[in-house]
Amino acid sequence: MRIKCPYCGERALEEFSYRGDATVKRPESLEPSAREAWVDYVYFRDNPAGLHKEHWHHSAGCHAWLEVTRDTRTHEIIDVAFAEKGR
Amino acid sequence: MAPPQVNRLRDKGLVDRKKVLGFNFDGTRLTGHPGDTLASALLANGVRLVARSFKYHRPRGILTAGSEEPNALVELRTNARREPNTRATTVELYDGLNAASQNRWPSLKYDLLSVNQLASPIFGAGFYYKTFMWPASFWEKVYEPMIRRAAGLGRAASAADPDHCEKSNAFCDVLVIGGGAAGLSAALSAAKAGARVILCDEDFRLGGRLLSERDQIDGRPAHEWVAAAEAELESLPDCRILRRTSVFGVYDGGTYAALERVNDHLPVPPAHEPRQRLWRIVAKRAVLCAGAFERPILFGDNDRPGVMLAGAVRTYVNRFGAAPGRHAVVFGDNDDAFRTAADLADAGIAVNALVDARREPSEAVQAIAEAARAPYFAAASIGSVRGAHGIKSVLVKDAKGATEQFDCDVLAMSGGWNPALNLTTHLNGKPVWDHTLSCLMPGDLPPGMRVAGAASGKGSLAACLASGEAAGADAARDCGFSPSALRRPAPREEAVPATPTWQVEKSRGKVFVDFQNDVAASDVKLATREGFRVPEHVKRYTTLGMATDQGKTSNLNAAALIAAQTGRYVGAVGTTTFRPPYTPVSIAALAGHHRGADFRPTRLPPSHAFAEEQGAVFVEVGAWMRALIFPRPGERPQETVNREVENTRTNVGVCDVSTLGKIDVQGADAGTFLDRVYINGFAKLAVGKARYGLMLREDGFAMDDGTTARLADDHYYMTTTTANALKVSQHLEYCQQVLWPELDVQTVSVTEQWAQYAVAGPKSRKVVEALLDPGQDISNEVFPYMACGEFTFCGGVKGRLFRLSFSGELAFEVAVPARYGDAMIRAIIEAGAPHGIAPYGTEPLGVMRIEKGHAAGPELNGQTTAHDLGLGRMASTKKDFIGRFMGEREALTEAERASLVGLKPLDRAARIPAGAHLVPREADVVAANDQGYVTSMAYSPELGTWIALAMLSNGPARHGEVVKVCDPLRNTEMLAEVCGPCFVDPEGGRLRV
Repeated sequence: MRIKCPYCGERALEEFSYRGDATVKRPESLEPSAREAWVDYVYFRDNPAGLHKEHWHHSAGCHAWLEVTRDTRTHEIIDVAFAEKGR
Repeated sequence: MAPPQVNRLRDKGLVDRKKVLGFNFDGTRLTGHPGDTLASALLANGVRLVARSFKYHRPRGILTAGSEEPNALVELRTNARREPNTRATTVELYDGLNAASQNRWPSLKYDLLSVNQLASPIFGAGFYYKTFMWPASFWEKVYEPMIRRAAGLGRAASAADPDHCEKSNAFCDVLVIGGGAAGLSAALSAAKAGARVILCDEDFRLGGRLLSERDQIDGRPAHEWVAAAEAELESLPDCRILRRTSVFGVYDGGTYAALERVNDHLPVPPAHEPRQRLWRIVAKRAVLCAGAFERPILFGDNDRPGVMLAGAVRTYVNRFGAAPGRHAVVFGDNDDAFRTAADLADAGIAVNALVDARREPSEAVQAIAEAARAPYFAAASIGSVRGAHGIKSVLVKDAKGATEQFDCDVLAMSGGWNPALNLTTHLNGKPVWDHTLSCLMPGDLPPGMRVAGAASGKGSLAACLASGEAAGADAARDCGFSPSALRRPAPREEAVPATPTWQVEKSRGKVFVDFQNDVAASDVKLATREGFRVPEHVKRYTTLGMATDQGKTSNLNAAALIAAQTGRYVGAVGTTTFRPPYTPVSIAALAGHHRGADFRPTRLPPSHAFAEEQGAVFVEVGAWMRALIFPRPGERPQETVNREVENTRTNVGVCDVSTLGKIDVQGADAGTFLDRVYINGFAKLAVGKARYGLMLREDGFAMDDGTTARLADDHYYMTTTTANALKVSQHLEYCQQVLWPELDVQTVSVTEQWAQYAVAGPKSRKVVEALLDPGQDISNEVFPYMACGEFTFCGGVKGRLFRLSFSGELAFEVAVPARYGDAMIRAIIEAGAPHGIAPYGTEPLGVMRIEKGHAAGPELNGQTTAHDLGLGRMASTKKDFIGRFMGEREALTEAERASLVGLKPLDRAARIPAGAHLVPREADVVAANDQGYVTSMAYSPELGTWIALAMLSNGPARHGEVVKVCDPLRNTEMLAEVCGPCFVDPEGGRLRV
C-alpha cells in the first residue's frame, strides 16, 4: 500500500504508523453524564466495509498526522489530508 | 572422465556447444553446455529418473521445462550452500554444479521407503486425520516425526548461509511481467512511446516459448526476432530488463515483489555481490504476459519418468537440443500437442504413435502423422504404461477398444493450456471460466494491470504479438504517453474450441493429479464422496495444490474430477485462490541484510567507545546497546553490581542516561500543553526547575513517566523512559496536531542531539564543579534539588545541568551536545578521579532505583494506574488531562487494586523471584487467593538483603504484614514482609544536601 503524504509525496506503507478511526472526537466534558461519550471514544469503533477515515502518522517521514480515507475492502486510498485542520 | 552426452541432438538447440560444463548428479560426473538447465543437461545425458515422490517415494522424472515443475526437485550445492527443493527445470547449469536427488534411501534407484506404495490404500485422502488418531499423545512424539521423516522433501543447510541477499526498490511507468512474444511486444511498444519500462523474466534467456518452438516472426526464426527485440529494448534509455527475475507477488498501490537470482548460476557469488535480490517495484501500470501452463492428462501411471508435457518435450528438443528419449508416443486432445510429433521427427527421434483423445480425427494431425510415418489413432487413449524407473512402452486403446502396445521411452502428453493467471488473483480477483477455451481466464484484475498473450488465453503467435503490443501501448497511454500506431493488428481468427479430455476412463495404475504432493485421482474422488465438494475444501483435505508449486499443473484437473463426481461442469466448481509467492522465495531473500547483528540497526550511546575500553558488559535496551556493568578483573557479576552501587552511594558514580527519550517542547502554550498530557501541573513550574511527571493513556492506565524541566517561559525539555521514547513522541504529536491544534506549541525529539550523564553520589558536586567553567555556582542554596539551567563546561562548551536523582543520592545530570559526548565522559572520569569516581551500568542503576522504589518498566506495564503506582494524589483535580476521566472510574481507584509495595524476605538470605505471586500468609497457593505479583527484585548492598517491588492488593494499608511469595514455575515459596517501596533514605535527605 502506498500513501500520498501531502507534505512528502507518495511513500511506501512502512513509513507510516496506523492509529485508527479518525472520526471519533475526544469529549470535552468531565461531568459524570459524559461517561457514555468517553467510553464510546476510548473503546468503541465501527468496522465498516467500505470507506473509512483513519489516522496515520508519517513516522518515518515528516511526522505529520494524516487523515486518510481508505476503502477497507480494496485498500484503495481515496484521499489524504493533514489531520491538523487548516494546515 | 564423464560419459558422452548420449541424448544431445546435433544441429539443434541454443546451447553453446563450444564450451563444456562439468557437473555432478548423485555423485556421477556429467557434462552439459552453457545455456542448459540442470534438467536439460540431465536429459542430454540420458538421465530420466531424478527424484522420489513426496509420499509414496514413486520414481519421478522431469515433467515440465519451467518453474511449474512438480517432480524434479533436487538439492543444489553442498554444505552451507545446500539448497533443498530447487527445480531442476529452472536451475541454470554452471561448471562444477553439484546436485543430489532427495527423499530417497539408500539410493534413488533402490529407495526402501517405496514400500509406501504398497500401503497406498491407507495413505489416501485425509489419512492423517483418520489413521493417527489414537492415542492422542502419540501424535507429537511418534506419528508426526515419523511422517516427517518418511514424507520429506530436501534437507536445509544446517550451517549459516555464507552468502547474502539484498533488497532494492524500483519505480516505473509500465512493468511487463514475462519476456516471451507478448511481453517483448508490450515492452517495446511502451518503451518506444517513452514510458519508463521494467521487463522481468524468470528465465535466464528472454523469449519465453519462442525459444521452444520452430516459429518464424517477420520472416526470420523467432529467436532472432527475440535477440533484435532485446537489443532494441537495451538501447532505449528508460527500459530496464531484469533477467532471472520472478515477479512473485502483487500488492496494493501498484506494488510488485520480484526475486532476482543474481548469482544463483555461479558456484559462489563474486565478492560483495548478493546471491539474490528482492525487488520492490512500484509501477503505474503492469502488463502480465506470464504465458500458460500445459495440463497433464489423467491416466494410470502418468507420473512415470519419461511421461512429459508435450510443450516441455518441444522445449528440450528445440531450445536445448536434448532428446528426452529416442522413441516417442504423443498423446493429446488438441492440435498443438501434435506439433510435438513434427518437431520430434524433425530432430530425428522416432515417433511411434500419435494418440488423439478427440472423437473426430484432425486433418492437420493426420498430415503430421503421415510425414512422421507413424500411426494416428483418433478417439484413442493410453490404457497403461510399462516401466517403473522410466517408461518402456504404452498400451494404446483405439476408438473400438482394441489395444496395441508401442515401445517408447518418452510419452508427450497435453491436455491443453491454462493461462498463468496466478498474479491476477493476489488481490482477490476471481478467475472466470471460459466455455470456448475450457480454461480459467483472468477475471477482475488488480488495479492498473492488463493481461496479454497466452496468459489472456491467446493461442496463436500472431495473437500473442498483437495483444502484447496493444497492451503495452495502452499502458503507456494511461501514463500520459502517445504511442505510435500499432504495427500488428490483432489477427482475425476464431478461438479454437477446446474439449478437454481431462481423464482417461479405465486405465491401469495410480492416476496422479498433484504430482508434488502425491495426490491421486482416487483421493479427489474419495474426498468428494465424503462430502467435500468445493475445491477449497478438497485442497485442505487431500493437500492437493498445497505443495510449493501451488498446483500449477494440477488445480484445474482436480476441478474437472470434482465436477465429474458431482455432476457439474468444470466452471461451476470454482477454484482455489493463488496467493503470493508465485514461486518459492527463500527466507534469506526476504531478510536481505537484516540478519544476525544486522537484523536491525543498533544505537550506540555517546559513551559507547569509552565503555568498550573499560571492558563493559553490554545489554540491548530496545535498539540501544547500553553498558550493563563495568566488571573489574576477577569480579563476579554480583560483586561488580554491588561495588558500583556502593561506590555511587559512598563516593560518586557516572552513568550514561542519553538513551532516555528527550523531547523539546516550545511555544507560548507549552505549559498548557504539558498540563494536558501529564496528570500533574507544569504550567506553573518555575523557570529553572524540573518536575517529575506521569502521563496516562486515555483509558486511564499509566503510559510513561519522566522529568520535565522548564528552561524558559516558552521552552520545556521533557525526558521519557528509554523504551517509550518513540511512543511518547508520537503521542505528543497526535495531541498537538489532532487534539489541540489551537495551542501554540511544537514538539520535537532531541534524543540524538544531547549526550546526558548522571553524576551521582555524595561527592558529585565536587566533580561537576571541576567541569564547570569558573564563576558558576551550583551550591545547594543557589542550585537546589530539582534545579536546572544552562551552563558552560570545560572551557566554553554550552550545556545544561539538571539536579535530578534516580539513585537517591545527591546527583546532577550533565547534558552537552552529542558531539561532545565522548569528550565529556572522559572529562567526568578525569575530574572524578580524585573522588573515587567509577562508571556504573544499567544493572546498578536498576538496583538503586529499586532501593528507592521508583517505578520503571516492570511497574509501568500497561496494567497499572496512577493509584496503583502510589501516585494517585499527584493527579490534578483542576484540569483535564489525557486519561483523567477514564482513570477516575471506580474500578481503577478502589483500594483493593494491586498497588506498589516493597517486600523484604523474612529469611534474609532468600532471593525473591521476579514474577512470583503473592498470597496471604496462611492461604493455599491457588489462583483464587492471588493478591498480586513481584515486579522487580534486587540485592540491596545497603540493606544486605534481597528486596523486591511488588503490586499487592490494598498494598499501602498492609505495611508490616507477612505474605507468602510463591513461584510455582520455579517451585519456590517463601515469606516476606510488606513495606513501603522506598528502602533507602525514605525522607530524601540525601537528595537535598
